[in-house]
Amino acid sequence: MSAGHSGSATLPERIPVTLTVNGEVRQLDVLPWTVLLDLLRDHLALTGTKKGCDHGQCGACTVIVDGKRINSCMAFAVMKDGSNVTTIEGLAKDGALHPLQQAFIDHDAFQCGYCTPGQICSGVALIEEGRAKTRDEIREFMSGNICRCGAYTNIVDAIEQVIGANGEAGR
Amino acid sequence: MQPANAYIGTPQNRVDGRAKVTGEAKYAAEFDAPDLAYGIVVSSAIAKGRIKSIDTSAALAVPGVLQVFTHENRSRTAWFDRNFRDETAPPGSPFRPLYDEGIVYGGQPVALVVAEEFELAAHAASLVRIEYETDAHMTDLDLRRSEAYVPPKKRSNVKPPPSPRGDAEGALAQAPVKVHAEYRVAIEHHNPMETHASTVIYEQDGTLTIHDKTQGAQNSQSYVSSVFGLSSSQVRVASPYIGGAFGSGPRPQYQLFLAVMAALELKRSVRVVLTRDQMFTFGYRPLTIQTISLGANPDGKLVSLMHDAIQTTSTFEDYQEVVVNWSNLLYHCDNVKLTYQLAQVDTYTPIDMRAPGAALGVTAIETAMDELAYAAGIDPVELRLRNYAETDEADKKTFTSKELRACYQLGAERFGWAKRNPEPRSMRDGRELVGWGMATGVWEAIMQKTAARAVLTRDGNLEITSATTDIGTGTYTILTQIAAETLGLPMEAVTTKIGDSSLPKSPVQGGSWTAASAGSAVQNACLSVREQLFKYARQMEESPLANASIEQVMFVDGRICLMNEPNVGVIFAEAMQAAGVERVEAEEKASPGMLTSMRHSGYSHSAVFVDVKVDEELGRVRVTRVVNAVAAGTILNPKTARSQILGGVVFGIGMALEEESMLDHNLGRFMNHNLAEYHVPVNADVYDIDVIFVSEHEQLLNPLGIKGLGEIGVVGTAAAIGNAVFHATGKRVREYPITVDKLLG
Amino acid sequence: MNRFSYLRATSIDEAVRAAAADPTSRFIAGGTNLIDLMKYNVERPERLIDITRLPLNRIEEADGGGLRIGALVTNDEAASDPRIRDRYPLLSSAILAGASPQLRNSATTGGNLLQRTRCYYFYDPGTPCNKREPGTGCPAAFGRNRIHAILGTSEHCIATHPSDMAVALAALEAVVHVAGPDGERAIPLSDFHRLPGDHPEIDTTLRHGEIITAVELPPTDYGRHYTYLKLRDRLSYAFALVSVAVALQMDGDTIADARLALGGVAHKPWRDPEGEAMLRGQPAAEDRFAAVASHILKDAKGYEDNAFKIDLAKRAIIRALSQAAAGTPQSQTDKRIQ
Repeated sequence: MSAGHSGSATLPERIPVTLTVNGEVRQLDVLPWTVLLDLLRDHLALTGTKKGCDHGQCGACTVIVDGKRINSCMAFAVMKDGSNVTTIEGLAKDGALHPLQQAFIDHDAFQCGYCTPGQICSGVALIEEGRAKTRDEIREFMSGNICRCGAYTNIVDAIEQVIGANGEAGR
Repeated sequence: MQPANAYIGTPQNRVDGRAKVTGEAKYAAEFDAPDLAYGIVVSSAIAKGRIKSIDTSAALAVPGVLQVFTHENRSRTAWFDRNFRDETAPPGSPFRPLYDEGIVYGGQPVALVVAEEFELAAHAASLVRIEYETDAHMTDLDLRRSEAYVPPKKRSNVKPPPSPRGDAEGALAQAPVKVHAEYRVAIEHHNPMETHASTVIYEQDGTLTIHDKTQGAQNSQSYVSSVFGLSSSQVRVASPYIGGAFGSGPRPQYQLFLAVMAALELKRSVRVVLTRDQMFTFGYRPLTIQTISLGANPDGKLVSLMHDAIQTTSTFEDYQEVVVNWSNLLYHCDNVKLTYQLAQVDTYTPIDMRAPGAALGVTAIETAMDELAYAAGIDPVELRLRNYAETDEADKKTFTSKELRACYQLGAERFGWAKRNPEPRSMRDGRELVGWGMATGVWEAIMQKTAARAVLTRDGNLEITSATTDIGTGTYTILTQIAAETLGLPMEAVTTKIGDSSLPKSPVQGGSWTAASAGSAVQNACLSVREQLFKYARQMEESPLANASIEQVMFVDGRICLMNEPNVGVIFAEAMQAAGVERVEAEEKASPGMLTSMRHSGYSHSAVFVDVKVDEELGRVRVTRVVNAVAAGTILNPKTARSQILGGVVFGIGMALEEESMLDHNLGRFMNHNLAEYHVPVNADVYDIDVIFVSEHEQLLNPLGIKGLGEIGVVGTAAAIGNAVFHATGKRVREYPITVDKLLG
Repeated sequence: MNRFSYLRATSIDEAVRAAAADPTSRFIAGGTNLIDLMKYNVERPERLIDITRLPLNRIEEADGGGLRIGALVTNDEAASDPRIRDRYPLLSSAILAGASPQLRNSATTGGNLLQRTRCYYFYDPGTPCNKREPGTGCPAAFGRNRIHAILGTSEHCIATHPSDMAVALAALEAVVHVAGPDGERAIPLSDFHRLPGDHPEIDTTLRHGEIITAVELPPTDYGRHYTYLKLRDRLSYAFALVSVAVALQMDGDTIADARLALGGVAHKPWRDPEGEAMLRGQPAAEDRFAAVASHILKDAKGYEDNAFKIDLAKRAIIRALSQAAAGTPQSQTDKRIQ
C-alpha cells in the first residue's frame, strides 16, 4: 500500500482567539473552520458537550454563550472570540451539583445520558430566561433538545421542580 | 422487618447519574490518544452498480491527510463469510466494507479518509472523486412482493410461524363477523442521539483497545479478531457508556471495521464517527406489508385468525424477526394460519429495532382487533378478554405467569375507560375531537447465558463485573441493587463495571434479556461469595455462627447474623481476616432453565390506553394522555423501570404519528436522512404518561422473577394511538405513521 | 467543508468592499444555516466575512412611525422585544413558531431571510438538484416531495422557502434595507424572495456584495387581530408544511383591511393581493374565508406526496382568518388550535 502524504505541505494559518470557558480564560489558535463544538470536544477535551447531529437539529451540543443557550455545532469558534462559554462541566461548583443536575438525577430525567448535558444547559438557560411558567411552556421551550430515550416527562418534572424551588426562595 | 439492604423492588437513582449529568461519562468518540487520527467515511451516491474509478489524489494532497482507504488499497481481511458473521447476524453473506468495486446499496461506504484532524478529514473527504457504473436497482417492496419467499434458513433465536392449525380459510368463510385488511408501518431508523463511533487506540505493543458504540463489547471484539485475524488477547473492546442504540448496536457496524483497518495499517490510533446522515446507511426497521383476516362469532369470539407478513430484506442477508406469531399468542383461536415471507430490495439489511417484529406485528393485530370490536359491537377491552389466550396454543405450553387481565383492569380503571362512549366522533373538547383507544402489548421474556464476577475485598467494597452493557436501560443500577441486596451491603459499597470485552462473558444487550440474564448471573456470583464468606465466618475461633446453617443467617450491613438473633453475628472483614484472605471472589453463570422452557412460555404483557385530541379539519393529532399498565414479573427498580416504559411509549408515539424514512425509489436512497426531516418526538409532543406496574408473581424464569422491560413499552402504543384516532374521527388509518395527509379529506 | 479565508469586518463599508472584491465570498452572522450547508458541502464559499461586529444589532423607531430591526438582531431578541410584541405581535408569534430557542438565539434577522430551502435533494450532494447545481435536474418533482411547493413552482424547482419570520414580514409589508457597492436601496419584502423560474439557484433579489442592514416594519393598525398558524409534522421544532400569517383591521364585525401570507407552500412567502381584496369591507364569515382560500389556491399544483397541502392550506387559511377576526391568535406554546 502506498503511503499517503503526511503533512509535509504547510498547514493553514491559525487565528488567535480568547474564550472564557467555564470561568477559565483560554487563548487558542484556531483554524477558521473549526466549529465551537469540535473545539470544545477535540481541542479542550470538554467532551461533556455532545455531537448528536452536527446540524442544529437535536440540541445535544447546547452550551451557554454570553448568557444565551446556543447550538455549539452551528458556530465557528473564531467568531466567538471574546465570548464567555459555559458547558456542562462548568455547572457544578466546588463539587456541588447545580440544582438542575441534581433534579435530573432525582427525577431520572435521562437514560443513555447522551442528550443530557445539552438538556441541562438548555434547562439552566430556560430557568434564567424566566419565560417558562407552565408545563406547556417548558415543553415548548425545551423542544430544541431531542431525547430519543423519551425522558421528556421527567425532564419537565425536573425543570418544574427547580423553577418552583426558585420561586419559593424568591418569596 | 425490612432489612437495611433491601434494594430489589425499590426506586433508586441511577448509580451512573452523576457521571451523566456532569458530562464525565465518556462515550465511544470521547476517548483520546496522543497520536489520534480522524477518519471520515465517504458514502456511495448510487444504489447499485460499481465504482468505475476513484480518484483520491486531491484528498491525499491536503496537508495533514494520512491516507484514503478504498477497495483498491484496503488491507487483506478474512476470506470466509463466517469470519464476518457476528453473533446476531442473520443467514447470508455479511456486508464487507470496501471489499470490492461493487455497490449493493445507497449510501454504502466507499472510502475512508484519515487525517491528523477531524476538519482536515472532513474537507478531504469532499475531494474524493468517484465515477460509477450504474445498474438498475429496486427498493420498492410493492414491486418485489410477488417474489416473496419463505426464508430457507432460519435466523437463530427467531421462531418461524407455527404450522397452521384447523381450517382458517373455511372458518373465515363461515364467520358471521369478519375483518380483512392490510396494515403497514413505515420504515424507521433507530437514530440514537449518539451516532455510531469507534475510537481504536493503537497501544505501544500493537494491541488494540477499542471504544465502540455497541450493544455487545464481546461481539465487536470477536468480529474484529475474526475479520482481521487477530487473537482475542490483541483486541479489547470497552464501551462503558452508550448513547442509546435501540437495536442499532448489536451488530458491529462499518465504522468499526474501517477504524480498525485504518489503525492497523497506519499503526496509530484512529477514530471514526458516522455523521447523522450516515446513520441512515445501515440497518433499519423493515417495511412490512401485513394482511390480517379475522373471523368471529357475534359474541366476538374468534373462529379464524390469519396473519401474513411480507418484509424487506437485503439482497445479501435474510433478515428475520417474529412478526405474526404474536396474534395467536395473544388470542385463542382454533383455526389459525400465520405466514412470514421476505422480499429482497437493494438496501442494507434491516436490523433489530426496539421490539423487533412485535412492534410491527402487534401494531397490526391490535389495530385489526379494534376493527373487530367495532364490527361486532363489543367494547375493545371486553373483546380481548373474550379471546384471552390462557395458554401458548402454538407451542402447547403454559405461561410462566400472565397478568394481562390485571393490566386491562388496572389500566382501564386508572384511565377511566368506563366513561368512554364507544361511538366514534362522540366525544369532544372544544374544537377538538377526543378519541380513547387501547391496545395490548406483548414481548418474550428471554434469558441468555451470561456470566458475572463478584469480588468482595476486606475493606467492605464489592466489585461486580460482566461484559454486558448499559445502553441507557439502567443495567449499572439494577446490577448494583441485586449485588448489594444479595450480599447485604449498602449500594455505595458496590462498584459495577460492565461494557468491556475483558469481563465475564455476556451476549449482546438486547431483546429485554439483560436484566434477567446479567441480573441472575450477578445474583449467582454474589450467592457464591456469600457461601464462602459464611464458611469463613463459621470457621472462626469461637464463631457465634458455628452451629448455624446458611438458611438461618442473613447478610446485612456488612455482617452475617442470625435471623432470629440479629445481634449475634460476624462482620465480613473479621471473617476474612480470620481466614487470612484479602478478597472473596466468585464468577458464576446464569442460563435459561431448559426444563422451564420445555413446558412453559414466558412473556411480558401490557395494556395501553390512550387519549388523543384531533383537530379534524387540520389533521393534527395530540396524544394528551397515556396509561400503560405493564406486567413484567419482578420490577427491580420502579424508577428506572418507569423510565423504560416512558421511553417505549415515546417511541410508540413516534411510530404512530411521525417516523418515516422516505425512500426515493428512483434513486434508491433514503432522502430525509437527518433529524430535521426524520421526525422523532420532541418534548412538545409528549404530555402525560402514566405507568402502572401490575403485580406479577413470576418464579419459573429465573430466581428473581425478572422478565425485562426494554421493548414492552413500545409494543401496543402505536396501535392504541391509531385506535384512539379512529374513535375520535371515525377514520381508520392502516398505514402508520398517521400523518396529516392521511386524516384530511 | 471546504477551506476558506476569514475576515472579521469592522465596518459596513469594509464588509461590502471585501464581498464585492471576491465573488466566492459570503457574509456570515448567526451561521445557523450557512454552517449547516457548508458541512454538507452544499455551500462552498472561499471567503467568509464575519459581520457580527457591525453595529446592526439594535431595534429603533423608524421615521414615520415604524420600527427598524437591525439585521443582526437575533430572532429571539426580535421576538422578545416589547415594542415588537406590542405593535407587531404577529412577527413575534411567527418567530417563536420557528426553529428552537437555541437557534433563535443565534439566528439573525438578516440571516433568517437568507436561509435556504429544506428540500432533501438540495441538501444531499449525492443527488442532482437544479438549485445546487444548475442543469442537473429536479428529482424532487418525481421523487419525495412532501415538504415541497404547491404554488409558483417551475419545471426546474419545486423547493419552498422555510422561514416563518419572513411569512409574517410579508404580511406586515416589511421593507428590507440593503447596502452595497452601488449604495443603499430598499426592497419590499414581497420582492426580496423570488420564484424559481429558470434560475432556481437564485433565491433572492439581493446582489452579490449587498448586505442586509435592517428590516423596517411600516406603521400599522394590525395590532390585535392577527395570528400565525403553523402546521407541521410534529408539535414543535419542525419546518412548516403550511403556515398562515394573518393580520386584520376590524371595524366591528367587518374586515376593514386584511393581510395574509402563506409559508411552506412556495419558493417565497406567498401573498395574494386579490385574495386579500376579497376580504376588504366584508363581514368576518367562514364562507367568505373559504372563498378567499379557494381563490388563493386556485392555481396550486400538487405532486405525489404533497397534494394534500392544497387542501390543508385552504383549511389553514380559513382557520387563521377565524382566529384573527376573533382576536384569538394561535398560541405557540398551547398546542390546541382555537
